[in-house]
Amino acid sequence: MSVASAGTAARTRRRPSRWSGVKGEARFALALLLPAAVVVFGVVLYPVGRTFVISLFDVTSPLPGDYPFVGLSNYTRVFRDPAFYGVLGHTMYFTLVSTAAELALGIAVALLLNAPLRARWFWRSLVVLPWALPTIVNGALWRWIYNGQYGALNGLLETLHLSDTPHQWLGSPFLALNMVILADVWKNTSIVVFFILAGLQTISSDLYESARMDGAGAWAAFWRITLPLLAPSIAVVLILRTIEAFKVFDIIYVMTGGGPASGTQTVAFYTYLQAFSNQLFGYGAALAYLIVLAVFALAMLYLRVLRQGQMAGVE
Amino acid sequence: MESTSSSRTPEVLAATPSRRTVLAAGGGIGLAALLSACAVGGGGGSGAGASGSGKGTVRALFMKQAGYSETDIRTMTKAFQAANPDITVSADFVAYEALHDKIVAAAPAGTYDVVLIDVIWPAEFGSKHIVADVTSKWPESWKQDMLGGAVATPQFDSHFYGVPWILDTKYLFFNAQHLAKAKVDAGELDTWDGVLKAARAIKSAGVTKNPLVWSWQQAEALICDYAQLLGAFGGTFLDSAGKPAFQHGGGVQALEFMRQSIVDGLSNPTSTQSLEEDVRRVFSAGQASMALNWTYMYGMANDPKQSQVGGQVKVLQTPAGPSGRPGVNGSMALAVSAQSKNQAAAWKYITYLTSQPVQEKYALSSLPVWKSSYDNPAVVKTNPAVVPQAKKQLADLILRPQVKTYNPLSQALQTEIQKALLGQKSPQQALNDAADQAATLLGS
Amino acid sequence: MRHSRRYLIGIHVAAVVMALVILLPFAWLLISSVSPPADLVSSHVHWWPSHPTMARYRAIFTSSAEGGDNVAANFRLAMVNSLIVAGSTTVISLTVGALGGYAFARLRFRLRRTSLFAFLAIYMLPPIALVIPLYLALANLHLLDSKIGLIITYCSIVTPFCLWTMSNYYLSLPADLEEAARVDGCSRLGALMRIILPLARPGLLTTAMFGFLLAWDEFLYSLIFTSTTNAKTIPVAIAEFTGKYSSDFGLIAAGGVLATAPPVILALLFQRYIVGGLTSGAVKG
Repeated sequence: MSVASAGTAARTRRRPSRWSGVKGEARFALALLLPAAVVVFGVVLYPVGRTFVISLFDVTSPLPGDYPFVGLSNYTRVFRDPAFYGVLGHTMYFTLVSTAAELALGIAVALLLNAPLRARWFWRSLVVLPWALPTIVNGALWRWIYNGQYGALNGLLETLHLSDTPHQWLGSPFLALNMVILADVWKNTSIVVFFILAGLQTISSDLYESARMDGAGAWAAFWRITLPLLAPSIAVVLILRTIEAFKVFDIIYVMTGGGPASGTQTVAFYTYLQAFSNQLFGYGAALAYLIVLAVFALAMLYLRVLRQGQMAGVE
Repeated sequence: MESTSSSRTPEVLAATPSRRTVLAAGGGIGLAALLSACAVGGGGGSGAGASGSGKGTVRALFMKQAGYSETDIRTMTKAFQAANPDITVSADFVAYEALHDKIVAAAPAGTYDVVLIDVIWPAEFGSKHIVADVTSKWPESWKQDMLGGAVATPQFDSHFYGVPWILDTKYLFFNAQHLAKAKVDAGELDTWDGVLKAARAIKSAGVTKNPLVWSWQQAEALICDYAQLLGAFGGTFLDSAGKPAFQHGGGVQALEFMRQSIVDGLSNPTSTQSLEEDVRRVFSAGQASMALNWTYMYGMANDPKQSQVGGQVKVLQTPAGPSGRPGVNGSMALAVSAQSKNQAAAWKYITYLTSQPVQEKYALSSLPVWKSSYDNPAVVKTNPAVVPQAKKQLADLILRPQVKTYNPLSQALQTEIQKALLGQKSPQQALNDAADQAATLLGS
Repeated sequence: MRHSRRYLIGIHVAAVVMALVILLPFAWLLISSVSPPADLVSSHVHWWPSHPTMARYRAIFTSSAEGGDNVAANFRLAMVNSLIVAGSTTVISLTVGALGGYAFARLRFRLRRTSLFAFLAIYMLPPIALVIPLYLALANLHLLDSKIGLIITYCSIVTPFCLWTMSNYYLSLPADLEEAARVDGCSRLGALMRIILPLARPGLLTTAMFGFLLAWDEFLYSLIFTSTTNAKTIPVAIAEFTGKYSSDFGLIAAGGVLATAPPVILALLFQRYIVGGLTSGAVKG
């Protein structure tokens, strides 16, 4: 193919290879992305499209049929649903608290694992354990620990003579939500640790050396060197954990089933109830897409704040 | 940080669209056309179900670990296949929680020919054509020969959507030893007032801290207990016009009863986070003296290998309130999937499984739906303590509302009842709020 | 670099505290799995089982009757299924994601932003939205209740995640590496394969770990799409331990302990690579 094609504004220099220049870059990118596109969109493009179409109709059964077209009314219905606001509140609280806790603890533990500990491999292996436990088991474990009749938490308080009366840890809505967050944070901090740890490896120790020589203390070194250079890893973790928190379903399903008094119903669980238990498929589909929009908006916000715009091509 | 980030170069803004853009645009248009052409809401293209030739393969969906065991069902199926060589049956088993979702997901694909449905689903599934209307297939004799509660199970709007198979209701279990220690006579447990008196006596004798334990977690189990109490106090879920009626009379008294028993310390506070299995565990550990639960608890609570109170457990009919003592109908029925292409063969299979001889053979696992079975000595022998109680109770069952929006209705009730039990609202207020939500749901 | 004594003691104390926080619930899991059922429900917590019993583990490993009421034997088969499904998904998604992520990180092309958003949007969608259409699609392809069906489904979730995390990891590597390689006459692809990927090992392994976890843990799709031990995965098998009419937390605990083993072993094998990274001195920051 002749490179010197007239009529384009492109100013490609003559290059011997098909893969050089801007067009070459684009072709290379296509080649690299094609497998991913096939793997992802080959499978979900049809379901995603179909679900979006469903969200525009008043669909109340899984079977094909003549359903009335309602346009965006399913979406506006979400905001007119009084139960939705409670659910949204729980989700925001869950997301903010769990992500903040995981990030803070994750950075602390990652710094610890990066420090000159003896037998580092042992400490690092320990951190893997909560991550490896399936969420279903994790939920059952903590539900067992929190049990008001024979749970280990009450037992611990009793053994340590801290409290005689058994507490109902999952008995009141707000407390239950916090206990679920605790169970989730216990499990998911591990992965945050590993992300941050990988990020810490990219910070050269020379920086700390020169900081020390300039007389900076450990805390200053942390704020001025570590944190800013960790910003990309932190952004990745924030966005991933936020996405996961908005999608959280399994642990609620196992630990509380959404109760007590719907106090632990999160947005994904609520969508499940509407779409499956109540067979309101149009409404459920609208909820799902609203979740995507909300998470997207949050992610863009994080990236702006952390000035990591290049991560998403956003400047 | 890097200079290689998305700095725009003039090439990107070229006027002539690249091949990729054209492809992308074409793909987008084609996709939109495809989607709009497809039927909305399903589209497996399998069309309606068919009767079939009465031969071939039948795929069935059952529940795990409840009523009949998997081994029981497989043995029954083998016998059926021996008697009907033209039909092959393959059976899948899933957990109860997954049963509803599996039926819904599989409906458009027509995966199953026979499905096991809960008593609260015929309205929902029937009205959405997920299970087939089998009214025309139902012999008149069945309506006389089966227990009343059984006949009511698969009905919606006077049509039959299945055949009852697993009958169950909640009985009152009590620990005879605890009662003896507190010098309470078992005869007192005949009424709810008597139960409360007994509980107070047991509590003050120091036998157990909270003598009653219930399954009041935010789940269907809560509505089962509520239904039983609502019936005892003479309330109804819906009035004759189909409007909410639980916020008047008996419905309110039932909830007040529930809340008061927690306030008085007679009911274990863990009840609001407990399901049936939690009730069984607390009872089997000797930490509760009385509990409502399904039939299965009797065997397990009396088994010394699984329980610390083995041998001390007795069972009675549910206590009577001012208006009677109906048990909640917690049964299940076998239904033919509406999308099945082999409905005749499916019906043959169902008829076999629900027939009297087969049911009597496995009476130990689950009690039969046929009236005369309860007088059969062989059946009585399988569970001599429970069968006589069952005979009385199963003739007097209360149904939860058979409306197509039952699930959201139940969810609204569950949330509001929980709020009342946790003391966030008064019982009357909670039920009023639930009734408002129910009215909207029922009207839609 | 010399650290003060106080510092060294301090970090070891912190490490011990961390270990306790991690291990205590886990220890409870282990203890519950060998406690007799009666202990588990007594009102005074038995910190040590009165009669430790290995019966549950024995049931899982030795019971032979497949299917049927034998939940323990089913669990064994479910473990194999989970390993195959999660392993295959991770390999495919990581390969595809590592390649594609490079395109997002280093290459300029039209629709870069749009395609990145599209992939991310798929990852953000709650699984519940796609269950029924996916069920239909798999049914039409006769891939229901099969490991391949699950692998295909999971790849569509895990790949966007791998794409995005790898793309971010590449961004954190110095840009001059590829330039240097290309000046030396390397092709773009060569530079990617021979220079970048080896350096990206920590990122690759972290992404692989998280991707494996996503597939290992996945519950909803597995619950709906599988029905026999042909394809049931661990979360579904464990969920079936809790029936409406029977639940022994000890069995769930035993299942949990065993289910933890493969991921832990994998992580142990690879954990030293995660911190190999750039400290070998290829580039000074």
